[in-house]
Amino acid sequence: MTTPTPPLAPIFSANPAPKAWTGLLGPSLRCAVFVALVTGLAYPLSTTGVAQLLWPEQAAGSLLTQHDGRIIGSRLIGQNFTQAQYFHPRPSHSAATPYNAAASSGSNLGPTNKALFETVAQRIAAYRASNGLAADAAVPVDAVTASASGLDPDISPANAQLQAPRIAQARGLPLATVQALIAQHSQGRWLGLFGEPRVHVLPLNLALDTVATPTAASGADHEQ
Amino acid sequence: MEIHITGFALILIAMSGLAVLMGRWLAATFEGQRHWRLERLSYRILGIDPAERMSWARYGLALLLSNAAMMALAYLLLRAQGLLPWNGLGNAAQTPDLAFNTAASFITNTNWQAYGGEGSLSNATQMLAITFLMFCGATAGVAAAGGFIRGLARANSQDIGNYWVDFMRVLWRVMLPLSFIMALVYVWQGMPQTLASQALATTLEGAQQHIVLGPVASFESIKHIGTNGGGFFNANAAHPFENPTPLSNALHILSMLLIPSALTVAFGLMLARRRQGWVFFGAFVLMFIGFLALVYGAEQSGNPLLRQAGADQSLSSTQAGGNMEGKELRFGIAGTALFVTTTTAATTGSVNAMHDSLTPMGGFVPLAQMMLNCVFGGDGVGLINLIQYAILTVFLAGMMIGRTPEFLGKKIEAREMKLVMLSVLAHPASILGFTALATLWPDTNASLNNHGAHGFAEILYAYTSATANNGSAFAGLNANTPFFNTTIGLAMLIGRYLTLLPLLAVAGSLASKKTVTEGPGTFPTATPLFMFLLVFVVLIVGGLTFLPALALGPVVEQLQMHAGYLQP
Repeated sequence: MTTPTPPLAPIFSANPAPKAWTGLLGPSLRCAVFVALVTGLAYPLSTTGVAQLLWPEQAAGSLLTQHDGRIIGSRLIGQNFTQAQYFHPRPSHSAATPYNAAASSGSNLGPTNKALFETVAQRIAAYRASNGLAADAAVPVDAVTASASGLDPDISPANAQLQAPRIAQARGLPLATVQALIAQHSQGRWLGLFGEPRVHVLPLNLALDTVATPTAASGADHEQ
Repeated sequence: MEIHITGFALILIAMSGLAVLMGRWLAATFEGQRHWRLERLSYRILGIDPAERMSWARYGLALLLSNAAMMALAYLLLRAQGLLPWNGLGNAAQTPDLAFNTAASFITNTNWQAYGGEGSLSNATQMLAITFLMFCGATAGVAAAGGFIRGLARANSQDIGNYWVDFMRVLWRVMLPLSFIMALVYVWQGMPQTLASQALATTLEGAQQHIVLGPVASFESIKHIGTNGGGFFNANAAHPFENPTPLSNALHILSMLLIPSALTVAFGLMLARRRQGWVFFGAFVLMFIGFLALVYGAEQSGNPLLRQAGADQSLSSTQAGGNMEGKELRFGIAGTALFVTTTTAATTGSVNAMHDSLTPMGGFVPLAQMMLNCVFGGDGVGLINLIQYAILTVFLAGMMIGRTPEFLGKKIEAREMKLVMLSVLAHPASILGFTALATLWPDTNASLNNHGAHGFAEILYAYTSATANNGSAFAGLNANTPFFNTTIGLAMLIGRYLTLLPLLAVAGSLASKKTVTEGPGTFPTATPLFMFLLVFVVLIVGGLTFLPALALGPVVEQLQMHAGYLQP
């Protein structure tokens, strides 16, 4: 053969001589163990170390705590709210209970599934009733469809605006105060381009609680 | 609407720029003469000779045997979960059929999950079994692409390089550093990175909330850079911890496209045929934009049945509108549509929305892209698949003009065409064969979450995803049964190795041939004409093979949806 000797392997023959396949077994096994240690242990552990040094709050799950140190939840994970005095999140289809942060899930109902149609129709009726809307009022789609994770922390501004009068009434607050809080806890698109405008429900409800503690009666009246 | 389209355009522009940078780096990785110190240490630990020159058969065998060893090790770790530390949730070990399915899934770069992450694994197995296999599958795929391209570039040569060298270089120079940096960016955006298993919260309404945590960021970065796709959590990249912001969503998308697009550039550089690389890149982008438009249009126009129920799905300044069932608000329709198109184009399989709840045409797109399997495609194998279609295209063109087909200066003869056809046929045979078997299997009905046309689509999606090594799902299907675990596991192995090995053989065969000078009878392949012809052949071959099956699923459902039919 006239193949020029490659620069990588001057000592070895130009063409590979047939070698026994069993010679590959040892390297294969050692490769598996070695790569497991590097990528399955050294890499995630060193990432953990550096991440906790640089961004300890995020690395621990962006947890929100009370003054006494009790954990309220995570800034990123939605919570279930059913009382009239709180903004309600999107419907959740996580396993066992809504907003179960140990078993995330969507409904996985297909677009023509009868169960989807009936569930959405029920949610629409309930949304109209609890927010005092007309019987034929169109309801923002995010308020009546289940999110993919079952843990969606956000609602649309349209959804928040429709809920605002209910909250103002339940808490005896001026509507303008509630709307100002919505604006404070809203976020636009990143760079004006990516993502969608949204309202963060848990921080918003937390802010409501710090503005004015509702009377026990108004909270209990609307509890479901 | 204009905002969304501008966003799409910016992502594609960013992808093109990154493809050039990464392509140069990949070419240098495959062709560099010097070994890094870490690589020499790795060779010593493996006990291999980095100067050994491997024929395609030995190269393929090294890939196969090392993958088998990795799969076996991960299987054992999954089965031994109870003995390992960091199991704060107290999850039990996976059953044998599920552990086989999981190990097969992650070594083949599929990342199909018949389990829910937070309900089945511990932090130890998430790292030692899953993160480990995500590195292995992706690195092996990129290494194989290196060997494959080298084979096409050489003449009169009996070898296509050294598998161990390619694997270790891709691992140390590409996968590990990129994953480490991206993981830190992700933590900044809000992903947890901790060995703690959970935090216990008391909600404002006084309920208890168990918030599962773990080393999520280090998992997410390799998941997308490696076009892997498995979720740390059941909801995958829809979970706020796996995808907290629109920025993390955009970074996921760019990570998935990075290596598949860069390989076209690396190909052009290594063969000194840059225009050819850009023709492949153009073919990828052309198909990608078409599919993106389809899914974005379908999802934004929403579900007429929900409109009938009284839901407002219009796009306005205060809401994103569209079909929001199974989607997250922070991504809206545009961020979801781009993710759906990317994850099934680059055969990643992570999802930021539940594909089962997409509109019929929105669900048609992921199915179609996985069936074609070469709109970018997974790390390494995507380019290999497209070149397989390119060989088919020159063959068809050669038959039309009655000349022996040539490709990249080599004659394409019977042996290459047989190998290409083996690979082209193994893909639909696995998808359609297993789907037919599952449709007849008596227990299948009990696994379905939706019935009728959509139920059929759930089954078809499962085997398409497995064979294309994608891993996304119409997740309503309960696939954790011995039948599905076994057949889907086999489909993944067939889909991976019965396309990879024949194409390595093609590379080995072309490497041994002499270069023929281009004459007037040579069909030029580095032209826009060839690009359109290539896309045409991909769509025709894919269409002829799969349209009947697609007609029974999403096409029927689309007609039903507009006729107002509700599936009980």
